[in-house]
Amino acid sequence: MSKYIHTILIGGAIFAFSCNSNHRHVENLMIKGSDTEVNLALTLAETYMATDPNISIAVTGGGSGAGIAALINGKTSIANASRPMKAEEIALAHIQGVNPVATVLGMDAIAIVVHPQCSVQNLSLQQLGAIYRGDVQNWKELGGTDEGISLYGRQSNSGTYVYFRDSIVHAEYSNQVKQMNGTAQIVEAIKNDIHGIGYVGVGYILDKNGAQSKGVKVLAISRNAKSTPYLPSELKNIDSGFYPIVRPLFQYTNGKPTGQLQRYLQFCLSPEGQALVKQNGYFPVSEIYWQQNKQALNLAYAKATLH
Amino acid sequence: MQKRHFIDRAIKWLFFGAAATSVLVLLGIFGMLLFNGVKAFAHISLAEFFFTSNWNPSAYGEPSYGILAMLASTFLVTLGAMLLAVPLGVGAATYLAQVATEKTRLILKPVIELLAAIPSVVVGFIGIVMVGPFIARVFGLSNGLTALNGAILLAVMSLPTIITVAEDAIRSVPNSFKEASYSLGANQWTTLIKVVLPAAYSGIIAAIILGMGRAIGETMTVLMATGNALAMPRGFFDPVRTMTATIAIELGEVPYGTTHYYSLFAVGALLFLISLVVNLLAENLAGRYRYKL
Repeated sequence: MSKYIHTILIGGAIFAFSCNSNHRHVENLMIKGSDTEVNLALTLAETYMATDPNISIAVTGGGSGAGIAALINGKTSIANASRPMKAEEIALAHIQGVNPVATVLGMDAIAIVVHPQCSVQNLSLQQLGAIYRGDVQNWKELGGTDEGISLYGRQSNSGTYVYFRDSIVHAEYSNQVKQMNGTAQIVEAIKNDIHGIGYVGVGYILDKNGAQSKGVKVLAISRNAKSTPYLPSELKNIDSGFYPIVRPLFQYTNGKPTGQLQRYLQFCLSPEGQALVKQNGYFPVSEIYWQQNKQALNLAYAKATLH
Repeated sequence: MQKRHFIDRAIKWLFFGAAATSVLVLLGIFGMLLFNGVKAFAHISLAEFFFTSNWNPSAYGEPSYGILAMLASTFLVTLGAMLLAVPLGVGAATYLAQVATEKTRLILKPVIELLAAIPSVVVGFIGIVMVGPFIARVFGLSNGLTALNGAILLAVMSLPTIITVAEDAIRSVPNSFKEASYSLGANQWTTLIKVVLPAAYSGIIAAIILGMGRAIGETMTVLMATGNALAMPRGFFDPVRTMTATIAIELGEVPYGTTHYYSLFAVGALLFLISLVVNLLAENLAGRYRYKL
């Protein structure tokens, strides 16, 4: 019997020791949200953790809605969102005593992808909206072959889903849209579907050298029927603002960030952080959002919303 | 004497407690679903919930909460799965119980049961990269993310349940039945069709219903493989979004305490009721399957 007691005592001592040995205070940060941003956030977090051993950052995806819900419920330090928070989400946050403050991490262009055999080369924003509203149901109406259009999109927990609906479709999505479980599945489905069309973050279909991934074709998009269409796969089209579907990527915090959180966000916006943003297929923060970032990370009062 | 008596009683209560725990958990889950689900109807009319087909709680305009399309989707996928799995499953069970030699059976049965160990997310992945494109090619569709894809995958997933339970039912038919049949001059096929299978009938039905319960509740596979379009499906070649997929997709992002949040609990409660009825039915039939001599 005493043999067992010894074992238990020793085991307990080892356990207690292993718990206590790490006396240095390590701060844990949680980042949750947008699947579009998750790879980028991971790269940023890993790079930052390498410079500062006192911080541990855990990054998870789940979609912008999931991240915002976690922020409202106090379960994450940073909510990544590829769309601004909705009015009702902000109201709910205030009820829970959470004051969301946005900083913009970078810009993301959304590419419209089709099967390589698709006969259409470019679309206007209006045509794109009509396709996803279900008003245009045949490629023939867009100058292609006489085939039905097979629509692919994201699920309602995705920021891309909400951004695309609110900025491009301007109405309810057609109920024929197949709601895929993540960007990868849209790309996978388009590769196999000659009549398919889908929307994905440009970062997802470009590799580090800017080369386009095989198996899908990216459409050139114009602002209206008369203007020139531009391809998102060429960086100069996005830097110059010619490519029309570009959105900011947000990081929401509860109140103005302080301490480690503030230092981490400042790192994200430093030249080094922005270089990583670019390396991951996104684009550095544009001028209008710099003002907002300055307010959030420095002195003046930051407005929570950004509509 | 006194001490032994006490230990007896204590052990009895201990086991009663163990049995009661699972019942309490079940009641707790159902109570929680119902308690939250009912709150949804403060803002949604019963008629809208049950008799309209448009489900779009995070809509651009007015949210809508009709479950008809997803109810139809769930039934369509389950029906398809059963149409495929029942002949295969019962056939395999009959073979294992009556035809196969003991040696074959000892190899086949564990392998079939291993089928149940494949994680549903793996089955879903196979649906996306293999079964879906295959369906598209065979039926000339532009893509294979359809109810049929889900049905095929769910059929595979419910096979182990159906085969295991049906085989037990068939094997429990007393030998004297078969011997009587043979002694009357019937051959093996006639004995099987006219005597053994009818005798195991209620057990086989129970197996099918248990397999059906497996198919109704499956989430990840259908979420990945059936396309999740909100439109009312017109057949097996349309994409569908089942009740389970809807809950899985939306529960992650829904803010606590909203109508949308409660409505998902209402969907969950309904799903729970459906599988409860299915399981009670199976239980009831399985209890009667042993033939009295």
